[in-house]
Amino acid sequence: MKILVCVSNVPDTTTKITFTDNNTQFNTNGVQFILNPYDEIALARAIELTDGGKGTVTVINVGEANTEATIRKALAIGATDAVRINAKPHDAWYVAYQIAQYVKANPFDLILTGRESIDYNGSKVAGMLGELLDLPSVSIIKKLDAGDNEATVEREIEGGKEVLTIPYPFVAGTAEGVAEPKIPNMRGIMSARTKPLAVVEPVDVKTFSEIIGYETPAPRGQVKLVPADDTAKLVELLHAEARVI
Amino acid sequence: MSVLIYAENAGGKFKKSIFEAVSYARAIADQSNTSVTAVSIGNVDATELALLGKYGADKVLNVSGDKLKDFVNQAYASVIAEAAKKEGSAVVVLSNTFSGRGLAPRVGVKLEAGVADGAVALPEQAGGSFKVKKTAFSGKAFATVELTAAIKVIALVPNSYKVVETGGTAQVEDFNVEPKASDFKAMIKEIVRSTDKVSLPDAEIVVSGGRGLKGPENWGMIEELAELLGAATACSKPVSDAGWRPHSEHVGQTGIAVSPNLYIAVGISGAIQHLAGVSSSKVIVVINKDPEAPFFKVADYGIVGDAFEVLPKLIAAVKEYKASA
Repeated sequence: MKILVCVSNVPDTTTKITFTDNNTQFNTNGVQFILNPYDEIALARAIELTDGGKGTVTVINVGEANTEATIRKALAIGATDAVRINAKPHDAWYVAYQIAQYVKANPFDLILTGRESIDYNGSKVAGMLGELLDLPSVSIIKKLDAGDNEATVEREIEGGKEVLTIPYPFVAGTAEGVAEPKIPNMRGIMSARTKPLAVVEPVDVKTFSEIIGYETPAPRGQVKLVPADDTAKLVELLHAEARVI
Repeated sequence: MSVLIYAENAGGKFKKSIFEAVSYARAIADQSNTSVTAVSIGNVDATELALLGKYGADKVLNVSGDKLKDFVNQAYASVIAEAAKKEGSAVVVLSNTFSGRGLAPRVGVKLEAGVADGAVALPEQAGGSFKVKKTAFSGKAFATVELTAAIKVIALVPNSYKVVETGGTAQVEDFNVEPKASDFKAMIKEIVRSTDKVSLPDAEIVVSGGRGLKGPENWGMIEELAELLGAATACSKPVSDAGWRPHSEHVGQTGIAVSPNLYIAVGISGAIQHLAGVSSSKVIVVINKDPEAPFFKVADYGIVGDAFEVLPKLIAAVKEYKASA
């Protein structure tokens, strides 16, 4: 089985998010970038499914040269090879379009993405890829069992789950539960340096969206502390003051 | 030109998040002096469809039949795109549910539209520009996205826009669409919906527990408080990682982001990743024995105390309040 895992390079989860240029640019100063945590889950499952010579795992990233550390990390974790489409990931449409062009020339049996990237939280690339390639897509899965001709996946729905079978090839966005992220071992780190990483130039495509500004959530007022033995007071405040119960 | 809203049903019923999306579509339509058309797919009865009119839909396109009775991402996206073409819609609204998040990108590509998911406010329309505020950095910030394509697809975060009753009525008409056979490759084997619990993404009140509860055997208190308040239960990442609670309850940057009216955090210290997932809650209550817990800095109300002592008292106080209300 040939699996493609789409990965993004995102700010570490502990990052304090700030902006510059009159709140129009994300401040990357001092920010450490990591492999998107949901993509790590996709990668871990792809490696499990191809373990023991049962296939290959290619990681693909749309990004400039500064994402190569993250791509090498994916190779260290166990991907077979990697592709970087040399462009700024303008928006989900742009990223999906570039990856779709690559996949049209280099078909895969299974295409995985993380359910969303933790920077722009779009969860759009999987669906857009599915549409561009005319393949089934399933956006947020918690389980993926691979059969010979089809896979069984569990999809989260509000207050429940759905179990589906989907024939290959298809696109899926992975969430927690699909696999435990893998930590690269020393052998992986050493071999990652020499694994193939192809750099592909992007194709021209117009874009449909533009981020024009940012804001941070309004700060809350000072916390109102209620004595531990006066829970009735809290209930009263929630009812009469906050009006939430 | 009407604004199209996809009215997703869960087992034949519309949830509050769908009425929010209808109200939101109504407000967008009013901005540009046009009408609202809702499209419903699956088997939904006439009484339920009529509710869409009450919240501002002028027309309902009802797509029913056995083939489309259960959600298939690809086929449903085709139906929504066809409905948008039929209505000549420049704006398509969905609810940012699990299914909505799968549909928005596909519908967007079909219509060559700009897509904003995670929308939290009405778009700003001025001089031909169309800007939408959306969540970014997993709740740590908001981004304003300008959609530059002729058609816009917006997925609205549940609980971020108020339901408005217009008291109108919608004209319901059957709409026949036959998605192509290859749209039905994914097959549903089983749908499990727990009906006795409030689902976390829809919940107006959330009671959440952290490591301070010491073990899964102590979740009875969380569940009891949640049940009394009509709330959903949730947890922090260490709790779901330890297997005390299912991953679907994990709230935070790498779990689920929630925006309830009330979020009660018990025994959760408030790591930055957890705070990201709850920052758009309207009111936050923190119960923690450590007065230095970072969670208190973003809380509206707090109790410094041991969960095992405070929770039973809080449960008793809520019971008393319920009895007197």
